[in-house]
Amino acid sequence: MTATATFDVRRAAVRAGFSRGWIETRHNLTETAFLIGHIIPVVAYIGVLLLMRGKTVAGTEFALVTMVLPSLLGMTIVYGGLSGPAPALTADREDGTLLRAKATPHGMLGYLVGKIVMFALTTLVSLVAILVSGMWLVDGLVLDARAGLLLTLLFVVGMVSTVPFGVALGSLMKSSFQSMLVPLVCMFITMASGIFFPITILPVWLQWLGQVFPFYWVGLGARCAMLPPEMVVAEIGQSWRTLEMFVVLGVWAVIGFALAPGLLRRMARGQSGSALARTRDRYMTKGY
Amino acid sequence: MTHETSEIAIDVRDLRMRYGTKDVLAGVTFSARRGEVLALLGPNGAGKTTTIEILEGFRTRSAGEVSVLGVDPARGDEAWRARIGVVLQSWRDHRYWRVRELLAYSACFYAPYSTAGVKRPWAVDELLEIVGLTASAGEKLLALSGGQRRRLDVAIGIIGRPEVVFFDEPTAGFDPHARRDFHDLIHRLSDFDNTTILMTTHDLDEAEKIADRILVLDGGRIVADGSADRLARDLATTAEVRWSSGGQRHVHATGTGDPSAFVRELMMRHTDVTDLEVRRASLEDTYMALVQRAESGRSSGEGTRHEAEVGKGRVQS
Repeated sequence: MTATATFDVRRAAVRAGFSRGWIETRHNLTETAFLIGHIIPVVAYIGVLLLMRGKTVAGTEFALVTMVLPSLLGMTIVYGGLSGPAPALTADREDGTLLRAKATPHGMLGYLVGKIVMFALTTLVSLVAILVSGMWLVDGLVLDARAGLLLTLLFVVGMVSTVPFGVALGSLMKSSFQSMLVPLVCMFITMASGIFFPITILPVWLQWLGQVFPFYWVGLGARCAMLPPEMVVAEIGQSWRTLEMFVVLGVWAVIGFALAPGLLRRMARGQSGSALARTRDRYMTKGY
Repeated sequence: MTHETSEIAIDVRDLRMRYGTKDVLAGVTFSARRGEVLALLGPNGAGKTTTIEILEGFRTRSAGEVSVLGVDPARGDEAWRARIGVVLQSWRDHRYWRVRELLAYSACFYAPYSTAGVKRPWAVDELLEIVGLTASAGEKLLALSGGQRRRLDVAIGIIGRPEVVFFDEPTAGFDPHARRDFHDLIHRLSDFDNTTILMTTHDLDEAEKIADRILVLDGGRIVADGSADRLARDLATTAEVRWSSGGQRHVHATGTGDPSAFVRELMMRHTDVTDLEVRRASLEDTYMALVQRAESGRSSGEGTRHEAEVGKGRVQS
């Protein structure tokens, strides 16, 4: 087959992927089952902000909520990228969506493009919802062109550094039940990521642990984008550490991109009609 | 066009599949010409699904040679994939998608594979009409009945106008009406589009209705290959001869398929034979016996086919 023809078939698959992403985003925003999953976190975050009103960041005069809102935005980006794909991937494997993709020429490419578009768009909607509903509770945020630009960059970098790793994780999980552990573990990690309180009040070993994961760094980046410069005193080393942020997120991206294609292929190889029938039987007898 | 029809679409030689120490396929050999409809018949656990999944490229074989449209499925690329149709049994995937939406999405992938001879993909609305889903085009998949979902599975499987289509138990869960529509569709695909079709089923009646040729798989081997008539001769290993003589009614079951020799001898030895009856076991009887054997004792394995030599001439009053 000629190079142009190969290009054509891939382009058709990518285009189909975009339509898939758009269709699934629409389902996410209109079907009650999905919508609840998106609304609950936003409501919970607003509740947290309400409870924190009037409190200050330890050792400073700054309002705690002002620090927490950007951190929540950062956390939401990483959450979407890191813990979103695993449950989606196992669910799609167990219900036969992936097998259909495999039976279609370049169907896996279309599927992946669709998933990335869907996660990007739904995360974006969550971000806007948190920002808009949180803004009237929080004073002192800097929302200028610089902030807008940095947040956009952060969104892209955050997605690129976490989605591949999330896909790799999802490929390793054997069932939907197992993949539910991923968001759960993520929740514990965020406790040590300086989202709800400054990381500096934690024991040093927990600070180190938190700094391994992207939650802390994208949160830090969001604070750098939206907080007045003087609030840097509450951060480790009293610095926004932008270079370190890109390095850590870069490492996550590299690991993710190195692992994901192989693991995904391995998982896809195991898919067949009889594997699907076994899953179905398992659900019929065990219920999960 | 003659070379086209005589071309081999599927070629399987000495296919073997082993899981641990268990041979699921112990040397399967068959081939299919273009436009031929083949039914792979056999009891549960005979290796039908394993065979079809190897041909679909979804499973790696242990040994043997396999070629589908001239390509080894284990090495089939996406261009090969575009010429193959796999009809999957949907369960609960794409629940919130609408029928037309999913079919149109699936169709997108095939457009670049259109050639002067074969326009790909099928027009979505035309195909919906053919499988009888026009009225449900706007429905969500979760609102479809089992039969409607299966018809959508078929539509998705053939949307790219494949040259070879694989169906694994396509009519499980169909009502009689849907079943007949499905048979019509199969005939249409093979007659008008020269599509090669391989389907698995454990329903003999269905295999007889649809297939040009039936392959019976038992214990990992092809035990019969041919038209329904030929199968009846190949598989029917027993025949019953009944007669009256000396005021008594006699029954003899012959071990071989041809009872002529026994009858000749009988007539020469006894001159008072009356009410002579020779009855071949029907294809259905034989197939049922095969299924029953497979179900009652998988372990007996070897020689399942020949142990059917029952009864050595008993007398019945």
